[in-house]
Parts: sequence; C-alpha cells; structure tokens
Amino acid sequence: MVEVLITVIKIVAIVFVFAMGVASLMTLLGDRKQSAKIQNRVGPNQAKFFGFSLGGIPHFIADGIKMILKENTMPNGANKWLHTLAPALIFFPALVGWAVIPFMDHYCTGSVRTLADYTEVCIDGEWKNYFSIMHSDAGLLFAFAIAAVSVYGAAIAGWASNNKFSLLGGLRSSAQMISYEVSMGLSLAGVLMIYGTLNLNEMVRAQGYLFGGWLPMWGIVVQPLAFFLFFLAGLAETKRAPFDLPEDESVIVAGYITEYSSMKFAIMQLSEYVATVFIAALIAILFLGGWQVPFLYADGIRFLGNHWQPFAENPDLWYYFTIMLRIGAMVLKVLFLVWLQFMMRWTLPRFRYDQVMTLGWKILLPLSIANLFITALILTIL
Amino acid sequence: MAHDINDTYEPIDQDLHTEPMILQMGPSHPATHGTVRFTLTLDGEKVLKCETEVGYLHRGFEKECEASTWTQVFPYTDRLNYVSPLLNNFGYALAVEKLLGIQVPERCDWIRTIMGEISRLSDHWTSVGAGALELGAMTAFLYAIEARELVWDLTEQVTGARMTVSYGRIGGLKDDLTPDFAANWKHVRERLLEVHATTHKLLTRNRIFVDRMQGTGVLTREMGISYGYTGPVLRSTGVDYDVRKDHPYFKYGEIDFEVPVGSTGDNYDRYLVRMDEIVQSVRIIDQCLERIQPGPVNSDDPRVMLPDKQKVYNTIEGMISHFKIVFEGIQVPPGEIYSYTEAGNGELGFYIVSNGTGKPWKIHVRSPSLIMMGGVHKLFEGSMLADIIPTFDTINMIGGECDK
Repeated sequence: MVEVLITVIKIVAIVFVFAMGVASLMTLLGDRKQSAKIQNRVGPNQAKFFGFSLGGIPHFIADGIKMILKENTMPNGANKWLHTLAPALIFFPALVGWAVIPFMDHYCTGSVRTLADYTEVCIDGEWKNYFSIMHSDAGLLFAFAIAAVSVYGAAIAGWASNNKFSLLGGLRSSAQMISYEVSMGLSLAGVLMIYGTLNLNEMVRAQGYLFGGWLPMWGIVVQPLAFFLFFLAGLAETKRAPFDLPEDESVIVAGYITEYSSMKFAIMQLSEYVATVFIAALIAILFLGGWQVPFLYADGIRFLGNHWQPFAENPDLWYYFTIMLRIGAMVLKVLFLVWLQFMMRWTLPRFRYDQVMTLGWKILLPLSIANLFITALILTIL
Repeated sequence: MAHDINDTYEPIDQDLHTEPMILQMGPSHPATHGTVRFTLTLDGEKVLKCETEVGYLHRGFEKECEASTWTQVFPYTDRLNYVSPLLNNFGYALAVEKLLGIQVPERCDWIRTIMGEISRLSDHWTSVGAGALELGAMTAFLYAIEARELVWDLTEQVTGARMTVSYGRIGGLKDDLTPDFAANWKHVRERLLEVHATTHKLLTRNRIFVDRMQGTGVLTREMGISYGYTGPVLRSTGVDYDVRKDHPYFKYGEIDFEVPVGSTGDNYDRYLVRMDEIVQSVRIIDQCLERIQPGPVNSDDPRVMLPDKQKVYNTIEGMISHFKIVFEGIQVPPGEIYSYTEAGNGELGFYIVSNGTGKPWKIHVRSPSLIMMGGVHKLFEGSMLADIIPTFDTINMIGGECDK
C-alpha cells in the first residue's frame, strides 16, 4: 500500500508538477518572455492578479482558460474518431517517457560510502527507488520506444484532418521523426558501450567518476561528438525550430495541427513542450551527468584525491543536503538545456524539408556510425 | 464463365498509382496573406506547376482616379505600394508636372529625394525582415521592423501620417521638412546602421539562411529582361538598370551613389541587393541633407498652387482661384505622358492621358509587382514547396500595388 502511495506521489511530482509545470511555464517564459527579451520587446504583461502582472505569469492561466472555453471545431469530412484520438496519441508518449527519468540516485536507508572508483555503496541498508517513477534496466530502450510512438499521433492527426496542409505536415513529421530516430539511437550506441548499461540511473552513477581526480567523466567529456549528434537529433525529434517544418507556419499553415482547436490544440502544443523538456532531461542524464554535482558525493566532497567531510558529526544531514543539491542540479541542467533550445529557436531560421533529410541521413547518420566505430576501436584497444 | 486470370492476379511489380496533388495556396494563407492565390500541382513537395491568380486586392485604382481631380488622386497613390507610399506620391506628382510643364523649386526636389529614400528604406526593411520571418527567423524580423519603425517615425514627423501619407502635391509638397529633421535623422541613421550590421550577423552568413536562399528562385538575366522585371529583382541578376541612375530625376543626377547588383539572380542575391541598397539610401539622404538649401518648397505657378489664405479671404481673384482649383481641379493641358521613377520594387510608371479638364481622362500604373507576378510561376516551378516562401518574399509582391 505504501509502495503504491509512493509511486502515485512520484508520478504526480514528476509528471504533473515538474514536466507539465515546466512545459506550461515554458509557453510563457520560454516562448513569450524569453523571445521578448531576445527581440527587444516587453512581452505579455497585461493579464493581472489584483493589479499585479507578476512577470506575465497570469497569462498562462488565462491561456488555459481561453483554450478550454474555445469551441472545439472539426472539419467536414474529417475522421472523427482518429481526429480525436490523435492528440491523445501525441500527449500520452510525451508523459509516459518520464517514468524512467531519475531525478536522484536511489535513497539509501543505511549509510552511503564512496569507494575509490567513486561509486557509492549503501552499507547497512538497501537502495530505495524514491526519485524515479520506475527503476528499469531497459530504461533507455523504454524512453526510445515511447518516443517512437508519438510519430503515430502526428501522422494520424495529419491524415484525419482532411486538409492537404495537415497531410503534408503529418507526412513531414513522420518522415522527420523516423529519420532522426535512427541517428538518435546510433549516436547513443557509443555511450552505451562505455557505460555498459541501459539503466539510466546506472548511467548517471557511472558519470560520477573523476578522471585524474578533477575531471568529471560526464557523457559530454567521453562522447563529445555523440552529445552534439544527439542534441541535434533530439531537436529534430521534438519538432522544434530550426526543425519545426512539420508546422512550418509560412508554408503549410500549421502543419498537422492546422485543423485543431480548443483543448485539442492546447494539448498538442503542450505535448510538444513536454517533449522538449523530456529530450532535455535525456540529454542531461546521458551527457551532462544527470543528478551528479561535480566533486559532491554522499559522504563528502572529493577533489584531487582530497576528501572533505562537512557535518562529519552528522552524516545524515550531509546526505539530505546532497539529495537536495542533486535534485536541484538535475532540474537546473534540464532548465538550462530547455533554455538553450529556446535560444536556438528564436535565433535560427528553419530548414527546408529536403535539407532536414540530407542532414539526417547524409551527415548525422554517417557521423553517428563513425562515432560508434571509433568508440568501439578505442574500447577494444584500452 | 472463366475469369480472366489477370483480373484476379495482378502483376505484383506494378507501379504504385500516384498522381499529383492540387494544392490551393491562398488567398487565405499565411504566406499569401489574402492577396494572391497559387494553384499548385505538387508531386510530393515538388512544385510541378503553379498558376498564379492576383486581384484579390483590386480596388479599381485606375477607374477611381478618373472620377477625382488631379489632386485627389494622391491618397489613392498612397495605397498602391503602401510600404513606400511617398515614392508613389512623388512618382505621380512628377508625371503630372511633366504634363503641365512646370518646374518645382530646388528645395522641393531635395525633399522629394530625401523622403523618397526614407520610403525606400521602409520598403527594403520590410522586405528583408518579412523574408526572415517567413523562414522562421522571427528575431531578425523584429529587428528589421524596429528599423522600419524609426523610419516611419521620421515619416510621421514630416508628413503627419505613417502609412497613408498623401505628402506629395502637384507642384510641390504638403509641407516643408520639420526644422529638427536633420538632427533626428542623425539619430535614426546611427541605429539603422546598427540594425543593418545586426541583420548581417544574424542572416547573411547563417548556414540555414544561406541554404534556404542560395540557388532558390533563380531568375536568369534573359528572363528578367524579357518579363519586364525591374528594381532589386532585376538588379540581382546583374543588370544594373536603375531609373535613378539611368534616367535621373529629382536630384539623383547630382548625387553620388552606387547601384548594387547581384550575379546569380537567386533569393540570396535579391536579399543582398536590398541590404546594400539600404546603405546606399542612407548615403543619398546624408548627401541631400548636406546640400539642401532653404527656400520655398512649392511652385509659384498659380495654375497649380492654392493661393495664400490671406489672398483667398481678402481678394476676389484669390477667392476665385482657390475655388476653381478645389472644385474643378488643376487644369492639365490635353496630352499624354509616360513618366517613370524607381519605386521600392522597381520601375513605377504612370501613363497619364489628360483631356484638358481638372480630372484625369486615364491613368495607368505600370506597377512593378504586377509585372513580376506575371513571371513568378517560372521561379516556383521545379522547386520545393518551401522554396515558394523565400522566393515570394524577395519578389516582394505588394498587394495594393499589384492589384491596383
């Protein structure tokens, strides 16, 4: 019973509070306030709580209310069932993927000791999975499998709308997502070889290693090329600018969401944002050390072979402090990556359809394979 | 009865049946914004055929003019190319003045040159900015629009309006420049060049932007000439035809400026030509402001200019003159003339026929946009669907001017 309760709390905290919260705030802070800053504008400030504009935050509540109150229209000749199903098919994978994202290491009921190779072991207790919804040894595969499902949503939305612009958008999005999944997966093959696991939490643990006592062996350090490949492919996968051609508003109106209104539209938009945050979380975990804070371990600070133990008289206090810092680090890394994606979105023009395909198949894919071979070669030699 | 075996077992390696898709792009579409319709035949994303239909903004400009006095035509000309209304004003005024055979004072020509270039700046900034916007670079667009705002502030300060200025008059102008115009220009100029540099940084060497623009919408020199293209679009192919240089009017003959030309005639060249022309316009205005001398701005020809209010209220001649000009209009001698100037998009020609009354018998506008829309399908066909957007933008079709 307690286990179930904990799981429910985790789901609510991670999916509904963190993922949805960040995603909805992004519609405001990312898409509006940040773009306004970049573009020398003020941004939204007219919706107010008791006369205070609060940095524009009431706008996203106003948006939500507006979306709910809008009429839900459906074009003539659209397939009603599929047209309604599509937003759900897009929304569902955007949320389910969060199941495997670890926000912190497992909680140790005993005391934690860091070994010489910087792995943490739990003594006189056991690891409790409190900080990710699901502890899965196939975590990465699960994330990929779920991400792949969202292709269906976009394709079905495009097809079921009975609109040629939507159809083009749906086709573009399925072609793009399927193409980039390939390089996305292959770019990670090197990472998998190095860490030897598909479990996301184990991957993050492995990134706690300090090379020479000072260089954290984060994914970006051991696999710099893979980081860029994955980042690019991830951008394309989430259909955000400069890869937002499935909804290229100047050519195909709004792509596969052209014929959606009301909350259906809002949900499609929101899932796009959630997907952005999800990709940011994946990148943070795979390449930026996830919840790792450099030099900070559950039993003290280690740097260049030195070991400091703050609060030595009360190790539990330090442990709780570490947990807080690590969760904070994970959240900050995610937010940073989201911010980076938005900076790119508001700076770059968008690609053309064939250029995206060329980039995916002729540049990213060969580079991913090259990266894989080189990594394999180095691993064999070492 | 035996079935034909081929009915049941069709050969498995038959071609999949495909047929081109007809797509109505516009008039209600973000890129064609209500003013034009492309009926596209698409093979996948490739444009096989494009049929252009213009006229969604047709207001009957030419017919309207026949019911107005010569002076009343000015507000209509504002609405031709509404991004650079002053150029239309002055182009029309010049045509009527040629038919009348009158000379405007020196200062009027200087002001027309200055304000014309101000309008050209607004036109080019809009075109460059909108091009970036439709490629998804919204930030570059908003920077360009800031520059346009500054230019419009200057326009507003002088003319009293931002878009529909009606600043030109036959034989002169509505008003002189404001006394602080030169000082304001100095400030605006600085910011314009800053934004110009920023735009270059954001777009000109941006890989995505270059990939989208280079080699798309290619206009050959021959095609440009044979279709009658003019302006930045023709110059991007390497033809250095600029009315300001080749048939100088106003004060362009006395001023030192260059005509930027491109080489390949693709979208990127058109973008660069416009960017360079922005700098040249700034140069022209600088020189004009240096050389402009105080003096009257209106011609003293009583046939075209309203008399002083002092005279109107105190003398019967003044009163009658005022009455006749307002009610009957300026009496333009019978005849016809084709007068052309360089507008934002190319050669803006006014063909005017007068029958000697206060109203035009016929006004025909050679609007650069309409002529460019005549050949625009050639630029679209064979390219990708998404290439229509930058091509259509660098062509810079302005609905008001195209549909008249």
